[in-house]
Amino acid sequence: MASALINVPARARRGEIIEVKTLISHPMESGHRRSQLGALIPRDIIRLFVCTYNGTEVFRAELHPAIAANPFVVFSTVATESGTIAFHWTGDNGFSVTESVAITVG
Amino acid sequence: MGPLCAAASALAVGALVMATFAFAGEIPRSERRSGYDFMSRETRAMQDDDSANPGLLWVLEGEGLWNRKIGTAGRACADCHGDARASMKGVAARHPSFDAARRRPVNLEQRINVCRTDRQKAPLLAWESRDLLALTAYVARQSRGLPIEVAIDQRTQPVLDAGRAAFHRRQGQLNLACSQCHDDNWGRRLAGNVVPQAHPTGYPLYRLEWQSLGSLQRRLRNCLVGLRAEPHEYGAPELVDLELFLMWRARGMTFEAPAVRP
Amino acid sequence: MKRPTSRRQFLLAAGGAVAGFGLASVVHVKPARATPAAMQEAIRKVVGPASVNTGKVTLELPPLVENGNTVPLAVSVESPMTEADHVRTIHVFTEKNPLPDVVSFRFGPRAGRASVATRIRLTDTQTVVAICELSDGSFWSGSAAVVVTLAACLEDV
Repeated sequence: MASALINVPARARRGEIIEVKTLISHPMESGHRRSQLGALIPRDIIRLFVCTYNGTEVFRAELHPAIAANPFVVFSTVATESGTIAFHWTGDNGFSVTESVAITVG
Repeated sequence: MGPLCAAASALAVGALVMATFAFAGEIPRSERRSGYDFMSRETRAMQDDDSANPGLLWVLEGEGLWNRKIGTAGRACADCHGDARASMKGVAARHPSFDAARRRPVNLEQRINVCRTDRQKAPLLAWESRDLLALTAYVARQSRGLPIEVAIDQRTQPVLDAGRAAFHRRQGQLNLACSQCHDDNWGRRLAGNVVPQAHPTGYPLYRLEWQSLGSLQRRLRNCLVGLRAEPHEYGAPELVDLELFLMWRARGMTFEAPAVRP
Repeated sequence: MKRPTSRRQFLLAAGGAVAGFGLASVVHVKPARATPAAMQEAIRKVVGPASVNTGKVTLELPPLVENGNTVPLAVSVESPMTEADHVRTIHVFTEKNPLPDVVSFRFGPRAGRASVATRIRLTDTQTVVAICELSDGSFWSGSAAVVVTLAACLEDV
């Protein structure tokens, strides 16, 4: 049950640089930890985060085990037009989550 | 080294430890500080920003659970309690609170489970399970900004006294009492960390050490393990006794759940 | 004459907790570490034969970290972020984590600013390095040193 919190202004002026904050629940199991019996706990992480703006990719992050649990990524994008900003996280064990927000640009 | 020498050096070491260990007694009300005040600027910023605080992820999940019909009664929390923002306001800041049926104070997690079994006719949620943490976080969030105020009367006084006694009792292989760190030596360093005053102002909270949200009982059990004492089982009356005492000790302080702590 | 090894010395050698207080009953087995050489190799993979200039990249990390599990990181590169002149990628590396790569960010002119923030894990006191590639193919780097401490009382899971 992965939940995500996204913070994007609902409205912006055309050409304004807006800040996007994203937070998603995921243990980001590094693959380096051992259980009490000494067995290696297998890696289970989010590997890719892509942001698209009305279908065009505007930002991408490739994550490795050194990203802290419940990955938090803040980036900027230019408010070019009204529409949908979508966020897609994919990772180990078929992890795939998509969220989107609407933005009004005037 | 002869036995006399060993005893003398042990005494000398003991005296040195005593000298560096302050005995301060109960913290004066004006000097009470939340664990928030002992954190770095960055960790405080993490707590303050609802877009950055991972505890809010559990609050979000809890909101979903609040509205979900479950159990043989087919009832959601919302069916009885409506909008949590109104009905749950102040509830977390007043727990543990006395439960007449059980004739004991219960903490928030237990209160949620009472509703689940008695009213929703659904199975208990396991301690530290995702769903219980999410519901607790959601309910606790509705008390954010309010003062902590647990009711102490003739029914809860004995439990408060038991909690206070536990707080002052030496235990574990390290033979330390909670008060020795948290009343007498707060603000000083233990290895890399600053010793806080141990006020449960922010539970359930996101602990960086856990990389997860967790309950006050989990934190208390951690401390007991740190003292090399046998940690009480989740839900044990000894833990609820201590929770009640700690919330009473923090009375009037601002509730800040879901907090972030190192 | 055989010198007895004290329990504390053994545990410290095995990579156990820093302080004598609150030692966990489970000794944390430290994973194999990357070395500064492994980090250089990881950087080489990204940069290829090009040389890396120092500058333009601002990497912000707290100098002293309360918990290595979650360390806030911010990195930004001065750039007009136009079609003609922008930051293509920023890569972050560590010298002592088990793996040298941390994260790679890809930008374009639509980013507005080449500025990101995230939270990373650091297993030990070390230097973190950020390398950026500009649209003209040049590489620039910045770094920050971080002190990482262990929690005083470790949890017995």
